[in-house]
Amino acid sequence: MRLGSGTFAACCVAIEVLGVAIFLRGFFPVPVRSSSRTEHRAEPPAPEPSTGASSNWTKLPPPLFSKVVVVLIDALRDDFVFGSKGVKFMPYTTYLVEKGASHSFVAEAKPPTVTMPRIKALMTGSLPGFGDVVRNLNSPALLEDNVIRQAKAAGKRIIFYGDETWVKLFPKHFVEYDGTTSFFVSDYTEVDDNVTRHLEKVLTREDWDVLILHYLGLDHIGHLSGPDSPLIGHKLREMDSVLMKIHMALLSKEREALLPGLLVLCGDHGMSESGSHGASSMEEVNTALVLISSAFERKPGDIRHPKHVQQTDLAATLAIGLGLPIPKNSVGRLLFPVVEGKPMREQLRFLHLNTVQLSKLLQENVPLYEKDPGFEQFKMSEKLHGNWIKLYLEENSSEVLLNLGTKVLRQYLNALQTLSLSLSRQVAQYDIYSMAVGTTLVLEVLALLLLSVPKALGPAAELDMPLSSPLFSLLFYLTLLVLSAVHVVVCTSTESACYFCSVSWLAAGGAMLLMSALLCALVSALPKTVVGVKHVGKSPAPSSSRWSELDLLILLGTTGHVLSLGASSFIEEEHQTWYFLVSTLCLALCQEVYRNHFLSSDGDPRGGLHTEPGPEGATPVGAKGCALLEDDRTRAAASAFKRLGGTDQRMVLASPWAVLCCCRLLRALNQTGVQGAHRPDLGHWLTSSDHKAALSVLAALSLLAVFLLVQRRCSPMSKVALALGLLGVYCYRAAIGNVMSPWQRGNSDISKGIVEARFVYVFVLGILFTGTKDLLRSQVSAAGVPARTVGLWEIHSGLVLLAALLLRPHNLPVLVSSLLVQTLMAKCVWKPLNHGVAEVTVMHYWFGQAFFYFQGNSNNIATVDVSAGFVGLEHYVEVPAAFLTTFATYVGPILWASHLVNYLSSESSRRKGLPEGQRWVSVCAVRPCSL
Amino acid sequence: MKDNDIKRLLYAHLLCIFSVILSTFIPSLFLERFSILETHLTWLCICSVFVTAVNLVLYLVVKPNAPSKRSSLSHKVARFLKCCIYFLMSCFCFHVIFVLYGAPLIELVLETFLFAVILSTFTTVPCLCLLGPNIKAWLRVFSRNGVASIWENSLQITTISSFIGSWLGAFPIPLDWERPWQVWPISCTLGATFGYVAGLAVSPLWIYWNRKRLTYKNN
Repeated sequence: MRLGSGTFAACCVAIEVLGVAIFLRGFFPVPVRSSSRTEHRAEPPAPEPSTGASSNWTKLPPPLFSKVVVVLIDALRDDFVFGSKGVKFMPYTTYLVEKGASHSFVAEAKPPTVTMPRIKALMTGSLPGFGDVVRNLNSPALLEDNVIRQAKAAGKRIIFYGDETWVKLFPKHFVEYDGTTSFFVSDYTEVDDNVTRHLEKVLTREDWDVLILHYLGLDHIGHLSGPDSPLIGHKLREMDSVLMKIHMALLSKEREALLPGLLVLCGDHGMSESGSHGASSMEEVNTALVLISSAFERKPGDIRHPKHVQQTDLAATLAIGLGLPIPKNSVGRLLFPVVEGKPMREQLRFLHLNTVQLSKLLQENVPLYEKDPGFEQFKMSEKLHGNWIKLYLEENSSEVLLNLGTKVLRQYLNALQTLSLSLSRQVAQYDIYSMAVGTTLVLEVLALLLLSVPKALGPAAELDMPLSSPLFSLLFYLTLLVLSAVHVVVCTSTESACYFCSVSWLAAGGAMLLMSALLCALVSALPKTVVGVKHVGKSPAPSSSRWSELDLLILLGTTGHVLSLGASSFIEEEHQTWYFLVSTLCLALCQEVYRNHFLSSDGDPRGGLHTEPGPEGATPVGAKGCALLEDDRTRAAASAFKRLGGTDQRMVLASPWAVLCCCRLLRALNQTGVQGAHRPDLGHWLTSSDHKAALSVLAALSLLAVFLLVQRRCSPMSKVALALGLLGVYCYRAAIGNVMSPWQRGNSDISKGIVEARFVYVFVLGILFTGTKDLLRSQVSAAGVPARTVGLWEIHSGLVLLAALLLRPHNLPVLVSSLLVQTLMAKCVWKPLNHGVAEVTVMHYWFGQAFFYFQGNSNNIATVDVSAGFVGLEHYVEVPAAFLTTFATYVGPILWASHLVNYLSSESSRRKGLPEGQRWVSVCAVRPCSL
Repeated sequence: MKDNDIKRLLYAHLLCIFSVILSTFIPSLFLERFSILETHLTWLCICSVFVTAVNLVLYLVVKPNAPSKRSSLSHKVARFLKCCIYFLMSCFCFHVIFVLYGAPLIELVLETFLFAVILSTFTTVPCLCLLGPNIKAWLRVFSRNGVASIWENSLQITTISSFIGSWLGAFPIPLDWERPWQVWPISCTLGATFGYVAGLAVSPLWIYWNRKRLTYKNN
């Protein structure tokens, strides 16, 4: 079977996407979740188990605490409270921890140690996974079952002061709130003063049940100057005094109330030695958790060391403490010391509720839950519990009851531990089988692509695909048989659920068919290529000219980048790699340009070097031929260079430097990555409200520049549409208050800009439509090349317009420079220097990647700008929002890809440019994936 | 003749390597608390001075290129001044390129500039000694097949290896090993030095290995 080059590349890319999708599905398992997560009907609480006599405890137990105050201090590492710093700077807290009525724990946070997932974990008790972030693409409100929702449903009045993330997560849940923004990291006093100033009033009032305070200052200090800064001491002292104030107020309130109050001091994540957080080092993961209440009596001399617990345990504990049902998705277990002082029956009741909730979660997530040791323990302890209740109701002697109760208690605690462990493991478990299937597919495609590279360099743009060859059919059937056997064995024996087993047999069979077919193709392609290589090796003259420095750089750079992804810090700082490579590429181009310039200007009179290879008589034949070929190519470039006019030549000479300068400026625009994300950059300077005028001017100029750069190759109609569209973009930004509007409407009426955004969308669609129409017309009629070029360019400009709408105003210069660099490179470097398709494609790929990071993206999901998903939409609609966000995130690579298509198709001399370009793109894209 | 030349080249290069090594040891005799990492800038200056001095001495002693026709004193002085200007220009050029590569613009200016100086010492100074302030000769040496003697060949190798060394030296900076040398520009200067020394060590060997294959237009 013969395949066209383009079809081949397209098939390869499709199969590769499939493989990567299967791999990712295995790599990021769906987080543990109760199936009934969208409905919020209150389920009846599990009744107390009893054998024989029926218990009268069928309702939820009453709350243990009248008032709960949660003081969340951002980045409160465990040693800030329990270590030497705590002793030094937090005397009151240390006193409470060591001697007072309190329980202290070291709560372990699961990575990513970033505030928002941590808040979710604290309040829902679940572990937000990667899939979770993707699935509800910042539908900002927390939809999962959580303590705050339960508390509100139970009529508790909640007051919140602190980080406004909470307000976004729990809208309309607080009777009173004041959000502070964590945007200005350099401010570490005012953020906290804004919280503390409310305390005085709130603590004297009686009209609340839950008070949540989130202090950001400590985290800001960490980002600014690290955990050993003297500022930390001041801040801890301030926090200590706040804690004392609250504790005193709670104690004074307790005199009137029946129930004691509870004061919770906790951190959301820790702080690494460099002051940042996000990863999973010990310092970032371990946080302090102190529960203070007069209910936790302590005899003198009772030393309690802080125990290691999970951060998710707090949700269950708070729920029990407030007399609420435990959130459905919580994987945490009750912090048992909290209820230790209660009568035995109540203790057992609480533990039973928690176990029931965990086992329900297990049932919904693990198909073979009955075999789980935790579930078995749960059944056992429930039975024992029932017996105990029976004895209790029959009023046996207290001694027997106590002994038996302790036994049941221990049984429950064990069951809880096992259940919680197996649930958390569910989250962290990789699905090896699916991963293996995905990897095999990707590797096979990659090998096939690499094998086909030498053939693609040949004259025929077609490839022999030996799919129907009968010789290999035996191998094909054998592989298929083996694979299905493996499938059956894996799927019947495995204990945990495997995604690939759960898909229908038809789909799994298809994947196996694909795998074995690819293997056969590979095996049959291998000997041919080897023969081909041998043949080439035997022939005296080398088939192609020696690689220039640029080719070498491109090859080494791409390989080096793939290898660098093996180190995690290179993944975190991948933008540095790309910036570095792009700068090097510019310098290499510069060197090439200058060499050609000097060769063309004074190569001939000086003679000697390239025009007369005469005296090289002694060199071997191969080297000489090679040098000749090289000479030919350089001379061609040099003579092409000579044909340019004076100004053009100067442009050519200056363009690599201009590109380099552009890249450097863009680097300063957005700091990204893990180490540098908190450094000040131009982007933050521009977005701060003081510099709105500068931002407005910049945005207007950028939009004008975009118009000038794009319009030159458009048809007149789309020119007008483009101009109006860009005007609409500015109006949109002015309407939502990002930039100043020239026609003063006053700053008060900030709308969502729906009308303006939709106005722009109309033009985007119009331009895309005309472009597609031109493209189709060029396909139908014979005289299509100019129409095709115009059509492609119009599609490109439509994408540019959409990008201009979606990008934040301070990122508009990125768009402009992207267009500028494209124009400069195409006009002044690639065309005069006669770069090959492969080189141009790889350069496009590099620039696309670099611009992805210039936008301020990183490999961290937190940097995705979700606001783009709401442009022109009244409220969150999943499909368009996801599409718009993806587009806005990948603007750089998309625009470079579309420019590549334009460039290659406009170079009409090279017929097979496009498919070959496709192939190189697929090679580039496959290689990082396959790693 | 040729073997003799290669031997001279080897001795000259050994002397250069020796000067780099000396620059790390001698100052500690005179200066207190001298170490390459902690008093990095001092070391940079000293190393640069040493290498320049050795290069000049070598140039005066070995005289690898043919003496120029006009050798009046004024001409020599003009040539020397021109060399100095070229050196300064190359320092500034390197500085600009470093900033374009992402070095901080305002902070650490002195460090960046000294890195530019040391890289110029490793690359521009030998070029100036060997080829003089003659851009065309430079271009000839650094284009393919343009080398005219083993001296130029070794110059090409050492220069390129210094560049590659400093280029590779930038890679460890984003890694989180938290070592003292992972700071801009220490890893790059060290990379450049290692590249230079490696180039010096390798080039005589490489030329000796390929002496049959290498032919130069002048001899």
